[in-house]
Amino acid sequence: MSSESIVLGTVSESARSIGERLHEWVTTVDHKRLGILYILYALFFLVVAGIEAVIMRIQLIVPHNHFVSPQVFNRMMTMHGTTMIFFMVMPILFGFGTYLIPLMIGARDMAFPRLNAFSFWMTAFGGLLLYFSFIGGNGLYGAGTAPDVGWWAYAPLTARAFSLGHSTDFWTLALLTSGVGSVGTGVNFIATILCMRCPGMTLGKMPLLAWLNLVVGGMVIFCISPLTAAQIMLLIDRYLGGHFFDTQAGGSAVLWMHFFWIFGHPEVYILVVPAFAFVSEIVPVFSRKPIFGYPIMVAATIAIGFISFSVWAHHMFTVGMSSYGNSFFVFTTVAIAVPTGIKIFNWLGTMWGGKIQLRVPMLFCIGFLFQFLIAGLTGIMLGTAPFNWQLSGSYFVVAHFHYVIVGGIVFSLFGAFYYWYPKMTGRMYNETLGKWHFWLFIIGFHLTFDFMHIPGILGMPRRIYTYEPGRGWEIWNLIVTIGAFFQAAGILVFVVNLLWSLRKGEPAGNDPWDAWTLEWSTSSPPPDYDFATTPVVRSRRPLWDLKHPEDPDWKYE
Amino acid sequence: MFSLIGAESAIFTIFVVAYIFYIGKSVAGPTPQDVLELPIFSTICLLSSSLTIHLAVRALQRASVGVFGLWWFVTLALGTIFLVSTGREWHHLIYDKGLTVSTNLFGTTYYSLVGLHAFHVTVGLLLIALATIFTLFGKVKPEHSERAEVFSLYWHFVDVVWVIVFTVVYLIGR
Repeated sequence: MSSESIVLGTVSESARSIGERLHEWVTTVDHKRLGILYILYALFFLVVAGIEAVIMRIQLIVPHNHFVSPQVFNRMMTMHGTTMIFFMVMPILFGFGTYLIPLMIGARDMAFPRLNAFSFWMTAFGGLLLYFSFIGGNGLYGAGTAPDVGWWAYAPLTARAFSLGHSTDFWTLALLTSGVGSVGTGVNFIATILCMRCPGMTLGKMPLLAWLNLVVGGMVIFCISPLTAAQIMLLIDRYLGGHFFDTQAGGSAVLWMHFFWIFGHPEVYILVVPAFAFVSEIVPVFSRKPIFGYPIMVAATIAIGFISFSVWAHHMFTVGMSSYGNSFFVFTTVAIAVPTGIKIFNWLGTMWGGKIQLRVPMLFCIGFLFQFLIAGLTGIMLGTAPFNWQLSGSYFVVAHFHYVIVGGIVFSLFGAFYYWYPKMTGRMYNETLGKWHFWLFIIGFHLTFDFMHIPGILGMPRRIYTYEPGRGWEIWNLIVTIGAFFQAAGILVFVVNLLWSLRKGEPAGNDPWDAWTLEWSTSSPPPDYDFATTPVVRSRRPLWDLKHPEDPDWKYE
Repeated sequence: MFSLIGAESAIFTIFVVAYIFYIGKSVAGPTPQDVLELPIFSTICLLSSSLTIHLAVRALQRASVGVFGLWWFVTLALGTIFLVSTGREWHHLIYDKGLTVSTNLFGTTYYSLVGLHAFHVTVGLLLIALATIFTLFGKVKPEHSERAEVFSLYWHFVDVVWVIVFTVVYLIGR
């Protein structure tokens, strides 16, 4: 493959027809191209699922609104959740991982390049399958419908009797398909990181991003598989007349909840650990200090990986478990806050005393730190069973997990976008537009999700399509919806910035941030073969050693 | 392959948990006590195929392709016997005892757990058959021993899963 690409590289870009270039992208097994495909695919779904969120917020702006019907609202809710988790955040994180891991560990590609391509296309077709339900969800008769069972798809909503047509089947098959792809990516991450490191890079000298993605790979293979198993059971129920989740024949709806959440909670950490990885790379570079407490960061990540498999039933306190069950899951939920807290201390320790440069990636990371802390605190509140009994199923929960996913994960993702954009495209983004994006988005975020806690405490249940006036919820819902428009404006600025900088941005050079990890040692964008000669590293910051031969890191590690 | 086996074990774990959870929860018959018989012969066949595939890989590592082909074919035969006897058992259950996936919870969980395992056996057998054909055409060489070894990991995994399925379905559940 690589020799062929070198030959192709000599032909000028414009000499080849669009068809040839498209063919190259579709058949590629190069980790950089697949990474970019993942990211573009996920950006598309970010916009789609964002529009779905805005539709819901417009419906809830005033009481008794008739912007959309209750049925459409349920569909929007299901599609927004499913799309954001499975077809936005996961592919985008896999995309960054696929792009960056080989570059950071000094390899020329992933361990299994064809498996890599297979995983991407499985994920891509999963997304298409989900959205095809808008056309084909009712089967042969009439217009289609999207799935409307919520992203958790509790039984018996998914039973044949309550979900006619094929919308739920599209949901199941989409997640089954993309799940196969995710497991492939997990396997690939692990094999790449364990087997493909360049000479000198011991596990203790790996960049934190590689370490954290190793943990993510392990979590993916052990947590996506239960979802796959549960989806197979659901298909057996729906198509072969099985009784797994059919309470009339002795089946159990609660078993589905257990199976779903034993996937669902580690999934949260699959999403957030790569976000930690971005922050762990960006914060040191813009504080001009090495990361504080590297071994502790690794240990905390592994601890999170293990504990995350024992917290799932904190989603189910209101189902009615035994008091021992409740106590166990309260204990594990509070315990997982400890390694997470250690990480926040380490990032603060990295910034402490550093020469902080407030460039756009760093701004997003500081936003992340602040918001992720608050998200963790409301998480501990909700992880305490008695408090949970009061607020479970209210907008307080919605505010909490959006604080994690938007305030934590999406903020660090934007940071990663701006940080690695010069590497991926060879051009700098526009700093002014980037700051506009940051401020619009952070104002919108806080308007939406800070004020969303309050109607939750006042008793507003989640998943409702409208509400009565006179309960004191109106003003809060109005503010929340206004915030959603600020966020949408921020995203618009972001997309404009990406497109504009692609053509008009200043050339970035190999290393615009004066950073220390291996990806900055090749050209931007990197050549097909990544590194002309395999690099040899002696410390955690190989480029520092190169730039400062008089005072290299390896003397102190 | 170890990662893939990890993922596969998680899938099987969920199905085994579902099976154990639903033991004795069926609201209508037939129950496992009524219809299940111990598949001793096919179990012996499947478990001994682990030994034969191991011998085959060892032979290939010592560069004796002929011995490899022999043991590899024996593995194929033993696996096929297992699959055929599972098929006969299912035929007996469906046509003589009237147990299908939709009959009761036992049927649902039994067919899905044993079926999931049989599916893995089938995939393994297809791959073994493919490699057998390659051997007949003389395409298998000693340098392929690593691939054969990686595949044998999968086959051992399928056998270990059967030990668990056998224990859960035929010993505990009956």
